[in-house]
Amino acid sequence: MTDAPRGRVLREIRPSGALLGVVPFFAYVTVFLLIPTLVVLVGAFVSDGRVTMGNIDALWEPAVVTALWQSVVLSAVTAVVGAVVGGLLAYAVSTAAPGGVLRRFLTSLCGVLAQFGGVALAFAFLATFGAGALLTTLFADLGIGSGSGGTWIYEWNKGLMLVYLYFQIPLMLIVFLPAVEGLKPQWREATETLGGSTFTYWRRVAAPILMPSFIGALLLLFTNAFSAYATAAALVSQGSPLLPLQIGGTFTSEVVIGQANVGKAMALEMMVVVAVVMAAYAILDRRASRWLVR
Amino acid sequence: MSSGQRARFRRKQAILRRVVVTVVMIFFLVPLYAMFDYTTRDLASGGRSMRTWKTLLDFGKVSEQYPDLRTGFIASVLLAVLTVAIMLVLLVPTMTWVRLRLPGLSRIVEFICLLPLTVPAIVLVVGLTPIYAWVTYLLGGATVWLCFAYVILVLPYAYRALDAGLRAIDVRTLSEAARSLGASWLTVMWRIVLPNLRTAVLSASFLAVALTLGEFTIANLFSRTNLQVAMYLLGKSDAQISVAVGLLALVFAFVVLFAMSFVGSGRAGTSAFARLRHHRKETA
Repeated sequence: MTDAPRGRVLREIRPSGALLGVVPFFAYVTVFLLIPTLVVLVGAFVSDGRVTMGNIDALWEPAVVTALWQSVVLSAVTAVVGAVVGGLLAYAVSTAAPGGVLRRFLTSLCGVLAQFGGVALAFAFLATFGAGALLTTLFADLGIGSGSGGTWIYEWNKGLMLVYLYFQIPLMLIVFLPAVEGLKPQWREATETLGGSTFTYWRRVAAPILMPSFIGALLLLFTNAFSAYATAAALVSQGSPLLPLQIGGTFTSEVVIGQANVGKAMALEMMVVVAVVMAAYAILDRRASRWLVR
Repeated sequence: MSSGQRARFRRKQAILRRVVVTVVMIFFLVPLYAMFDYTTRDLASGGRSMRTWKTLLDFGKVSEQYPDLRTGFIASVLLAVLTVAIMLVLLVPTMTWVRLRLPGLSRIVEFICLLPLTVPAIVLVVGLTPIYAWVTYLLGGATVWLCFAYVILVLPYAYRALDAGLRAIDVRTLSEAARSLGASWLTVMWRIVLPNLRTAVLSASFLAVALTLGEFTIANLFSRTNLQVAMYLLGKSDAQISVAVGLLALVFAFVVLFAMSFVGSGRAGTSAFARLRHHRKETA
């Protein structure tokens, strides 16, 4: 850095004491956001006050590896299914009148399901598919199942996947709707003027424009499912099939000494996965905005 | 395209919209209806009864029969108020100040405010453990002190809402005019900036309230009883009442968001979360 800009910055700052105005904000986020992040980063490599790789080694224990693998599979599957169904829904909604009730209703409903569901979603799911619940009895009347529900709803690759879709599809609508709204009708008209069919329009115009937004939204959905805790915790009462539940387990179990630091290592593992995916998202988002500037 | 072709295209589009929206709506609404169905069951006789809802609407009876629910509800309301208060006191002056006097810091403030989006709540809990050991030591172990962590959770959403508000007004001219007429910085903040940011402050606050009322992860892992934790615990003993509370919480959040979609400019209000993407494009 040359001296000239630095001098200018200092002159702007020093006489007024303007920096004092932002001290409360930075103090607050340091205590409640930056230090906690550092605690995880550092704590993952420390045990009993000594630097160690022991916590990281614990990540290779079968239970943790399985949890990570199942978390990744669950997140990936629900992200793909959620992105496809939610993307279709977003397109359908984008063809409706802009200020209409349908759009307001659906975006509000999706906002609720995507962000505030948590425990209530697990309850909703149990009330639908649990023992003696609405659909379980309905299906039993139709001759499917016995009416007593079953354990499938508690399994990570069956019930949890279904219940995760209850917040993945709505989230897709919310993040993808602005992108499909950015498709200009003129583009379709131009395609038609040049003799292209609807298929040509989607294949050669809309799909290439939407692709970065779509992949970006898909990655966002992945991290969303990957970091979700509440719904799974409320639904799964035995074992910890997912990484967030494993981390939560280190809070409640007092059996193993030093679990807390293993928890930090697992938290770090989670942060790394989320950070990598979010970085990819940021790059794609920048690319996506090239065409969809409004 | 001829008008006949266009009409046919519109019809096809409308059919597709109806089919897709109907199918997804069924998927969304059946579980919610199932919740209602479950709460109106008379488990003893197998018939229907509104007993659960009558109990729930009678606040005296709820607090007597379900003390946990009462504690959780009061704690969550207090948490919502405190979270909104701290969030506004922290963000509105800082963001205005940065815009007026320290534009060089705007990037880093934005980065910090959006950082919680990439730190899962469960990870934040792990990192906050030592911090909360201090909070408990200094202030006691009451549930309301979770508000400090909740402010961090709502930071990205509140930042986006307030940033959109600040963008829409000319803070510099307004504050210079006020200052040249002899107003103090406090007066500028309270009587000039805040009234002009009404809509943005309102939507940031609504979002903070809704997120606070729905928070489970942090409260549960720190063993504090807020509304969601109370609901979760109650689910093990009296499922009907806790399902009813869950449904009520969802409906409440829906009403808040639906009302918000009519507040302010139609577009910005369509979805507060959509703004997370809108904004990035403006800056790009």
